[in-house]
Amino acid sequence: MIADYISQSVASFVGTACFGVIFQIPKRSLMQCGLTGMVGWLVYYGLDQGSAGPIAATWASAVLIGLIAHYQAIRFKVPVTVFSVSGIIPLVPGGMAYDAMLRVVQNDYMSAVELGAKAFMLSGAIAVGLVFSEVVNQLVKRARAGMSRAGG
Amino acid sequence: MTLTPFASYSNPILLYKYPISKRWPPDRAEPAREVAEIEGFDSMEPMNARSAEIVEVCLLAGKIMLENGGETYRVEDTMIRIASAYGAEGPQSFVMPTGIMFAIEGSESATRLVRISQRSTNLNKVTEVNDISRRIAGGHLRPEEACRLLKEVQRGTPVYPLGVQLVLAALASGCFLILYQGTWADMPAAMLCGGTGFWLLGRVAKLSSIRLFGELIAALAVGLLSYLVVRLGIGQQHSTIMIASVMPLVPGLLITNAVRDLMAGHLVSGISKGAEAFLTAFAIGAGIGIALTLNG
Repeated sequence: MIADYISQSVASFVGTACFGVIFQIPKRSLMQCGLTGMVGWLVYYGLDQGSAGPIAATWASAVLIGLIAHYQAIRFKVPVTVFSVSGIIPLVPGGMAYDAMLRVVQNDYMSAVELGAKAFMLSGAIAVGLVFSEVVNQLVKRARAGMSRAGG
Repeated sequence: MTLTPFASYSNPILLYKYPISKRWPPDRAEPAREVAEIEGFDSMEPMNARSAEIVEVCLLAGKIMLENGGETYRVEDTMIRIASAYGAEGPQSFVMPTGIMFAIEGSESATRLVRISQRSTNLNKVTEVNDISRRIAGGHLRPEEACRLLKEVQRGTPVYPLGVQLVLAALASGCFLILYQGTWADMPAAMLCGGTGFWLLGRVAKLSSIRLFGELIAALAVGLLSYLVVRLGIGQQHSTIMIASVMPLVPGLLITNAVRDLMAGHLVSGISKGAEAFLTAFAIGAGIGIALTLNG
């Protein structure tokens, strides 16, 4: 169990950082990029192993990745994309899309549509999660601006 | 545009701007100093050149960002920030994935259009332009200096050379194999397939200008190679190896940027980037599908 989590975190850290290299992110951000991906994946993995379904797990993980990316972007003065872009890659439902494709090739269209719809919902969950983190970020920014105005 | 002295009689805005006492020709009683002032206003050339310079800096910054994977809203925002920092009046920018239009209003108005034909991903350049725009907004950079720095960024070579990218793409495939519950024993097979796929993507993209063809060929090769690898006994779980090896081809940047653009209200860019991401995913799926069919 613990060994499983350790291998998952190492793989997600290295995998996300490698994606950072493919996207040519600045060298100084590679480490934080890997960490973002690792935290996101561990949240997804833990929730998915637990009772939450894959869609809820994907959504929660995408929200967390978005929030971490926003925080780091402000902290290190780097565009948000640098962190969020490779962080969400492990969440992309590649396996399910592959299964859907396999069923299409096998002329099993009923299962193909079912799996395709699931893959679509999962990518939708990633998108909605990113939107949600953006909204939270804007609300926090507005609240902070309001507080400093009231204070000053 | 040059402002002729007599235009001030007919143009109500100029009448408002330069009150009666400064109008041409001056009253005989007015001192000569006033005439000199009016003549100073007359020659608008240096101001106009400055306006063109601002537009050039803005467009160069926008072009670099858009060509290297910056989000549309970030490109527009950066351009307007730079223009405002240089004191341009009413800057307007319209950015699409395939082109930028930029205009400065006011008496020295200027409008220019830039076509974007090549797009790739280099977030390092986006970050560098972001830093430069911050320095401009802070008032630390003159237009000509900013232009020089931006040109340096544009010429800049990739941070990570192709060989490093190739090795790390292969490593990424290996890591994703673990994430998708594959076994450690299959890792070399996934790395081999993933690396080959990424290498082919770059090679085919260079050969033909049709974007999706590269993804299709790369996915097809990954699919066939994963069958071969399993048959040779290097790997065991065929489907996991194939899924992990295809990951470096996934259009992750397009997906996130499309979502962020849609949120920021850039409907045209968001939808077109979403369409591009969908087509890329479809090309990968088609390549995999062909490989599956060939293996019956």
